[in-house]
Amino acid sequence: MPKDGGIGASSKRREDVRFLTGAGNYTDDINMHGQAYVHFLRSDIAHGTITNIDTSAAASMPGVVRIFTGSDFEGVGGMPCGWQVTDKHGQPMQEPAHPILAQGKVRHVGEPIAAVVADSLAEARDAAEAIVVDINELPAVVDMKAALQDGATKVHDDLDNNLCYDWGFVEENKDAVNKAFEDAAHVTSLELVNNRLVANPMEPRVAVGDYARGTDESTLYTTSQNPHVIRLLMGAFVLGIPEHKLRVVAPDVGGGFGTKIFHYQEEAFCTFAAKACNRPVKWTSSRTEAFISDAHGRDHVTKIELALDADNNFTAIRTETHANMGAYLSTFAPSVPTWLHGTLMAGNYKTPLIYVNVKAVFTNTVPVDAYRGAGRPEATFQLERVVDKAARELGVDPIALRRQNFITEFPYATPVAVEYDTGDYHGTMDKLEEMGDFAGFAARRAESEKNGKLRGLGVNCYIEACGIAPSNLVGQLGARAGLYESATVRVNATGGLVVMTGSHSHGQGHETSFAQVVAEMIGIDENMVEIVHGDTANTPMGMGTYGSRSIAVGGSAMVRATEKIINKAKKIASHLLEASEADIELKDGAFSVAGTDKSVAWGDVTLAAYVPHNYPLEDIEPGLEETAFYDPSNFTYPSGAYACEVEVDPDTGKVTIERFAAADDFGNIINPMIVTGQVHGGLAQGIGQALLENCAYDENGQLLSASYMDYAMPRADDLPMFDVDHSSQTPCTHNPLGVKGCGEAGAIGSPPAVVNAVVDALQSAGKDVTHIDMPLSPDRVWAAMNG
Amino acid sequence: MYNFEFEKPGSVADAVAALGADDAQALGGGQTLIPTLKQRLAMPTKLVSLKGIAEMQGVCTGDDGAICIGGATSHATVAAEAGAYPALAATAAHIGDPAVRNRGTIGGSLANNDPSACYPAAALGSGATIVTNTREIAADDYFQGMFTTALDEGEIITEVRFPVPEKANYQKFVQPASRFALVGVYVAKYADGVRVAITGASNDGVFRWTEAEAALSSNFSPDAVDGLSLSGDDMISDLHGTGDYRAHLCGVMTKRAVAAAA
Ligand SMILES: Cc1cc2nc3c(=O)[nH]c(=O)nc-3n(C[C@H](O)[C@H](O)[C@H](O)COP(=O)(O)OP(=O)(O)OC[C@H]3O[C@@H](n4cnc5c(N)ncnc54)[C@H](O)[C@@H]3O)c2cc1C
Repeated sequence: MPKDGGIGASSKRREDVRFLTGAGNYTDDINMHGQAYVHFLRSDIAHGTITNIDTSAAASMPGVVRIFTGSDFEGVGGMPCGWQVTDKHGQPMQEPAHPILAQGKVRHVGEPIAAVVADSLAEARDAAEAIVVDINELPAVVDMKAALQDGATKVHDDLDNNLCYDWGFVEENKDAVNKAFEDAAHVTSLELVNNRLVANPMEPRVAVGDYARGTDESTLYTTSQNPHVIRLLMGAFVLGIPEHKLRVVAPDVGGGFGTKIFHYQEEAFCTFAAKACNRPVKWTSSRTEAFISDAHGRDHVTKIELALDADNNFTAIRTETHANMGAYLSTFAPSVPTWLHGTLMAGNYKTPLIYVNVKAVFTNTVPVDAYRGAGRPEATFQLERVVDKAARELGVDPIALRRQNFITEFPYATPVAVEYDTGDYHGTMDKLEEMGDFAGFAARRAESEKNGKLRGLGVNCYIEACGIAPSNLVGQLGARAGLYESATVRVNATGGLVVMTGSHSHGQGHETSFAQVVAEMIGIDENMVEIVHGDTANTPMGMGTYGSRSIAVGGSAMVRATEKIINKAKKIASHLLEASEADIELKDGAFSVAGTDKSVAWGDVTLAAYVPHNYPLEDIEPGLEETAFYDPSNFTYPSGAYACEVEVDPDTGKVTIERFAAADDFGNIINPMIVTGQVHGGLAQGIGQALLENCAYDENGQLLSASYMDYAMPRADDLPMFDVDHSSQTPCTHNPLGVKGCGEAGAIGSPPAVVNAVVDALQSAGKDVTHIDMPLSPDRVWAAMNG
Repeated sequence: MYNFEFEKPGSVADAVAALGADDAQALGGGQTLIPTLKQRLAMPTKLVSLKGIAEMQGVCTGDDGAICIGGATSHATVAAEAGAYPALAATAAHIGDPAVRNRGTIGGSLANNDPSACYPAAALGSGATIVTNTREIAADDYFQGMFTTALDEGEIITEVRFPVPEKANYQKFVQPASRFALVGVYVAKYADGVRVAITGASNDGVFRWTEAEAALSSNFSPDAVDGLSLSGDDMISDLHGTGDYRAHLCGVMTKRAVAAAA
């Protein structure tokens, strides 16, 4: 029986009422008295030396408050990078300066050169057009492999070359891995591209800076997934504002997908300029600006090899990846192709030896950083593609080959540094086989062929590491931050609760699902619990939401804080009931004495806490408010198996997705409806990557797909009805809720299923096609068929 | 957007007068022009909306049986009311999305002559007549290359007349991002022959595929196109397809249009 409240209930998303009725409060809805507007003059050249900036004509134009250029930021910190990767020789990565406004050089189309603050946006734009910028154009560095050749033009003159780092993982295993390849009975290799993507959240980025001269306090309203991280980075590393004088508010945020994790120049600029101009300063990104200034995602070029023994057991994996960093290091960019990618290379398989090499490269393109899945989709895609290719080369069933190599015993320590706590890969595959009706595939293929179409079936597995992460571990790996989460639970006198969480909801529905957990723990109605997030002034220091970490880490902090509340409330109840604390039980919102009919209601206890007339003041303080910080002891490891069925039109190359089934194991589930929605969204983005989305630059560093006219987003009619199941549940063993996280799974697991299916369709028609690079747009599929 | 004056005249004559001002520009549905203005890529001093001119609105049938569409008629109205020419109504019904169809106009589309737009193929494929405030222009003379037409400065498309064919069909293979035509083929069979007009493909904008017309005029069946091909050399080559791919699609879509023609 489905529950109608608490953990496991599909409670309707309470936040949707305001989102769907126009009552949300997004950053662009915030307007301050006396506010000025900033327009950024951005480079339309990918690479060049700035020889002159003349703002004199612009400065005297109507409405102009002040014009800023790079020289106004001398002595101000640059944009910090939050993760330092150490290369295979033990040396730190090359880390270039990242200015707020260009200093002497421009390094990608979209880099801000000057900023005009004016009374109105139109006046700011008018004045920006009157600024004269002379740029001596240099050859653009676009192709990663060319960028690493001797004598290549350097993106950063003060670095040795365009190589950010050359990472080997696990370096000590390299010789053993090479040996395993020499001894292999079969080796399958595959070269592929993981296409560059633009996240495109529905709400573009916005920043409003405000400065209170009376108290010397700065406030930044911003579209962020993690306001405390922005406060720390911007306050400590960029502007030198102590955290007690800096407040960062991320109110309703219309989607993030990773690209709103990072600290951006526009945020620092608006905060800085508000003080410099003594006026609030607002910036709202246009969609065009979003394409050339939001951090992009993916962009890996990889060669992967899989070694198998004579019995088709995987014996080793070796990969070589070039990862595009873009022109500068975005906040967490270095971690994505390394610790979020190499550590997942074992996938669901007990391959004993793995070696991952990653060369991170600077190019004259927009910085690349985490995008839904971040590193894990890249790992899953190459692994699941090469396993599929191996099955075809060996003439064995791709599902059987996978099953044969599944990890079945847990905990399992992979050769790439992580330990999976739980999982049941046969379980999700069994479920998938049931959902996918594979037995009926031959008939469906015959039907498609009758209509002149080719039909293909693609299957894959995935594993991801979520709930990032143990702080001491990530510290060793180069993170310049801790990755705990926090919650303060404040109980009001009349029994209602406010939970102030360091997690941040930008579409995920935390206000609903977090409330379900607390309500369940106390046994009260969900509507008595309010979730507050997004404001550093009223939430404890938290690390924010990304990496499917909110319920696993933020939820755990909330559970710990609620446990403290319950423990204290029991003390109060034992006093009121004149019973021993050990005998007090909490059930359905009432405290009772075990084995008696004596009880006291939740509201009586909370009232006593704040009106402590009859109260054990000598033992405990009045009030009922507790804070907990939770630092996980391991990642969580959601896993699953996906199946995609496609039709390919052989005349045009057009691919349509006919069926898609996803069997996931997310551990315990708080709100099944919300989880299903997260999977749907992830699948849409993964299928978008596989079939449609392509962020492309020309050889001059001009972005070819800089608007929706050329960048294809997935739309509802590109997608089938999804068949989603998350009944396979192996609870996480190390967090109190047994949860694993579900936010990224769909985007991680779906691209290989789509490509495997298209390859299957083409091979069914006798085409010698073993791989097509994403997106599998009609022209590419047609070219592959007729190549 | 830069500042501009705005006028909404009630007659063609008033519109022509308003357009006499320096750098004045006609505004149809604004589905092309407004985004251009927002990007600050154009700087008209005055916009003259044609949407308030009653004589430029609606669909009717002329004495010769041709469908006559007012120059400021929206795509949605054509989709709903041009039932006497089903292929034309269906073409209009697949332009853009509902918002675009409710705002965008046939005059705006033909005046703009985007190389990937649908109406140019319908007009050229039907041998339509473009009626302006000063003259009548045959479709064959009207389209003069990408974004280029026979219109003079300030000339207004007041009406478009489509002779109704025996059979016709438009096959649009969409560009995945914009959903304009990557290649769109309009085939119309008239008593005196078949016309085939192709949009989306050529560097010279919409064009007639005369070889296919000849073959289909003698045998109106998909097989008639077998063996015919266009060169990809002068075709658009971009992120979404090479010239050769587009040339190939011209053949595929022509056959499909013939097969579907009703
Ligand atoms: C999201 C989107 C999707 C679209 N998809 C498609 C598609 O699939 N297929 C397709 O064909 N089109 C598509 N379009 C374009 C759409 O059909 C536009 O309506 C059309 O291109 C322009 O018509 P308009 O009335 O909006 O003209 P406007 O934008 O108002 O004007 C365009 C130009 O024509 C001039 N003009 C306007 N009316 C007249 C007139 N009567 N006489 C002389 N000059 C005039 C204007 O001065 C201007 O130069 C799409 C547009 C959008 C925004």
